Amino acid sequence: MPSGTVSHGASGRLRGLFLVMVLVFLEGSVFTVAVASSDQHSPTTAHSGGHKATDHGSHNNTGKAFPVLDLNYENVRVPFEISLWVLLASLMKLGFHLVPHLSNIVPESCLLIVVGLLVGGIIRGTGETVPPVMDSKLFFYILLPPIILDAGYFLPIRPFMENLGTILIFAVVGTLWNAFFVGGLLYGVCQIGTETSSILSRIGLLQCLLFGSIISAVDPVAVLAVFEEIHINELLHILVFGESLLNDAVTVVLYHLFEEFSGIGSVTLLKGFLGVISFFVVALGGVLVGVLYGILAAFTSRFTSHTRVIEPLFVFLYSYMAYLSAEIFHLSGIMALIACGAVMRPYVEANISHKSHTTIKYFLKMWSSVSETLIFIFLGVATVAGPHDWNWTFVTVTVILCLVARVIGVVGLTFIINKFRIVKLTTKDQFIIAYGGLRGAIAFSLGFLLKKEHFPEREIFLTAIITVIFFTVFVQGMTIKPLVELLAVKKKQEAKRSINEEIHTQFLDHLLTGIEDICGHYGHHHWKDKLNRFNKKYVKKCLIAGERSKEPQLIAFYHKMEMKQAIQLVESGGGIKMPSAVPSTVSMQNIQPRPPTKPAPERAIPQLSKNKEEEIRKILRTNLQRTRQRLRSYNRHTLVADPYEDGLSDLFLKKQKMFQIEKKPASNKVPMIQVDLASPQSPDSVNLLDEFGQANQQEEEEQGLMMKPPSRPREAKKPSEEDEAKDPQKLMRCLSDPGPSADEDEDGAFLP
Amino acid sequence: MGALQSSPGRPEYSDLAEKTGFSFEQIGVLHKRFKQLSHNEETLRRDNFNEIDDLAFNPIRAQIIEAFFDRRNFHQNGEGKVQEIGFEEFVVVMSHFRPPSAHMTEEQRGKTRREKLRFLFNMHDTDNDGTITLEEYRHVVEELLSRSGTLEKETAKCIADAAMLEVASISVGHMEPDEFYEGITFEHFLKLLDGFEIESRMTIRFLNMDTTTLCK
Repeated sequence: MPSGTVSHGASGRLRGLFLVMVLVFLEGSVFTVAVASSDQHSPTTAHSGGHKATDHGSHNNTGKAFPVLDLNYENVRVPFEISLWVLLASLMKLGFHLVPHLSNIVPESCLLIVVGLLVGGIIRGTGETVPPVMDSKLFFYILLPPIILDAGYFLPIRPFMENLGTILIFAVVGTLWNAFFVGGLLYGVCQIGTETSSILSRIGLLQCLLFGSIISAVDPVAVLAVFEEIHINELLHILVFGESLLNDAVTVVLYHLFEEFSGIGSVTLLKGFLGVISFFVVALGGVLVGVLYGILAAFTSRFTSHTRVIEPLFVFLYSYMAYLSAEIFHLSGIMALIACGAVMRPYVEANISHKSHTTIKYFLKMWSSVSETLIFIFLGVATVAGPHDWNWTFVTVTVILCLVARVIGVVGLTFIINKFRIVKLTTKDQFIIAYGGLRGAIAFSLGFLLKKEHFPEREIFLTAIITVIFFTVFVQGMTIKPLVELLAVKKKQEAKRSINEEIHTQFLDHLLTGIEDICGHYGHHHWKDKLNRFNKKYVKKCLIAGERSKEPQLIAFYHKMEMKQAIQLVESGGGIKMPSAVPSTVSMQNIQPRPPTKPAPERAIPQLSKNKEEEIRKILRTNLQRTRQRLRSYNRHTLVADPYEDGLSDLFLKKQKMFQIEKKPASNKVPMIQVDLASPQSPDSVNLLDEFGQANQQEEEEQGLMMKPPSRPREAKKPSEEDEAKDPQKLMRCLSDPGPSADEDEDGAFLP
Repeated sequence: MGALQSSPGRPEYSDLAEKTGFSFEQIGVLHKRFKQLSHNEETLRRDNFNEIDDLAFNPIRAQIIEAFFDRRNFHQNGEGKVQEIGFEEFVVVMSHFRPPSAHMTEEQRGKTRREKLRFLFNMHDTDNDGTITLEEYRHVVEELLSRSGTLEKETAKCIADAAMLEVASISVGHMEPDEFYEGITFEHFLKLLDGFEIESRMTIRFLNMDTTTLCK
């Protein structure tokens, strides 16, 4: 929300806030009533069953009145409660952004946990038992996958691959170190405890190690939630976030390993060795499953040109299947999901329609947003609900040990890693990495899964886990933003993803590969180049339909940029009113080399009047110069219209025609942009092409380009105004809701 | 073998090491590679580069090779091209790709960035007039796309035009319709790639150990 809104904007927000509060209050009361009545109903269903029977029996006798209004909550109980929870989560999200300044101070995750605490408190206050919402099955199979898929699908591949070694070392070695350090020291502390020693000394070494492995994993949900708001530079973001994703394999292995050992009670060397092997199986197996499903999804998307509507469904289904398949074999589901999303993305995006692309983006963001909100609220509720066993020694020692282990781990590993890195990690970087190691709901759910028979100390563990989570989310989450400011950590650059940078990125890639070849050693660039060539030669041919398989990346990028500019033209309704980011009057004329004195060839295009020419020139100028500011961020709050809209290819062609007309007086060369409309997805554009062939389409072209729709895009959705034949309005209809102006599309191809 | 080689060459190595910033081991490795490429002669020619098989797939191969024979990259304020280079020039050209050292002041970082961008600029500015004209830029884009299979000359031209327009907009701002933008000067080039972080991106890892026997 721009802070410069006028006073009536502020009062509008307050009004909105008030409305939200009323809604929440109403909903809360409905919810408690629902919970109360559900509890009343369940013990009395037997009664009411009997009652109904007697009623029916007496029905013939007494002629009971027909129930005009009847209360039957049981039938809809489950879906109703689910919807209530989701509604609560969404209203909370709404509310936070209406309250001025709150979202700047406190990260959303903290607020949501507080809300969860309140809701849990209210439910408990009314005397009802708090529903066990943090069910592990619900968490792992419903709430977590959307977040991970969202992260994996939009993962910035290039920085991830460049730092993969570092990320892996942090994820694997770091987590192992944390687990053993915390587990081991905790065991030691438990043994030498004083008056509480009777309770604590019962905790065996294996239990402590299991606890250590649960608590040591950095949580992707919490990291995403907090880091989203602080906008640090890409390197740190990808390091911490990548670590949180990849440590899932380690956590899974350690968890199952120690759980089994605790059950059996003895450890042999062979078992330890098998544990190491199982780590590789879990990690690589998960990735393999993901890649497999990703390729399947890409292959399927090749054939969807006739059923565009269900394209997004394939993406979601294949990814979810990858996750579930990995979970069947106890492989790492998170890694499968990431691998699936990352592998399928470049091919799927080349195949699907622009609308499907937008749909996928919107759905993923929506689901992951709701999931994240729900997770934090449930965490709060579960805190109120869960059986607790507070043990001062255990909890405080855990918190301290977690912090200490993290710091030592990061510093030690960075020392080793820096020997191999080109761009070394500074002390500031290390601090942020250590400080950003947040724990979250995954730890809690894993703790919840522990069986009481094997772990009599389950409550102590749960309490400690919750305390650590609260500590990291509240203390670290709230203070990381001011610390980032204080330490002047490099922030994320507003990337002007300009055509020049793209050209030079490609140029540098080839240059560095060449220099490596001359130097004679097969380095990082050499292998990347080989993979790229393999991809281009074999893989793309299989997985991408039609002509797009041959499109080089630079051209694809250029087309995308042109599309974006075309969208801007449409959005601004003519382009004249829009302020350009780089005010300049430079146009194509200024850079075309002066032609030698050759007479301009005769053209059959009719002359434009001077005014029309000026207008067209102005439009093109404001259009061609702008380089879009693109925020590379995962911010869930901003989402824009996708440049790939079907109808816009028409506009593109129109602009091209305009370009031709403008160029005519300047030089004899006409840049022809060959738009490769690979799929016959927009038959409209083909029609227009035919129309353009004729020279006397002057009026239509002008009208098309002037683009002054009778209404703004949102209003154009009124069906009465829609006129099938009119192009501008059809374009308005095609555009999904544009949203705010920051574009967050991650455009990198699989191997940029 | 490596140790035996480096000891007689020590005095000239220390000179080179000081000039370029490489370590003795790295220079030793490079010297071995130089000898391999030049078939144990004193100088390298363009044909020697053409023999490297791995370079065959590189779309900008010609430009890379030219960069090695360009006097502007030898840090001696020379101009024009040479036909053959010695080991010293080879190392000097390679030094453009050295990673920045861990503790650099802002000034040193700026200097390194200028040096690397100068190298890139020289690669684009083939006629050595101090500006990258539209034709030269078009040539760059065409070369980049030359391996794509379908030589879409018109699209390459469009892309180059759009890029040039962008540079002009960023650098100059306001131009009358009949003014002409000559080309990208070095200052404009610096401004264009300001956020590119070239000092860390334009680097390769130079080895301290010899692995040249593993590849051609």
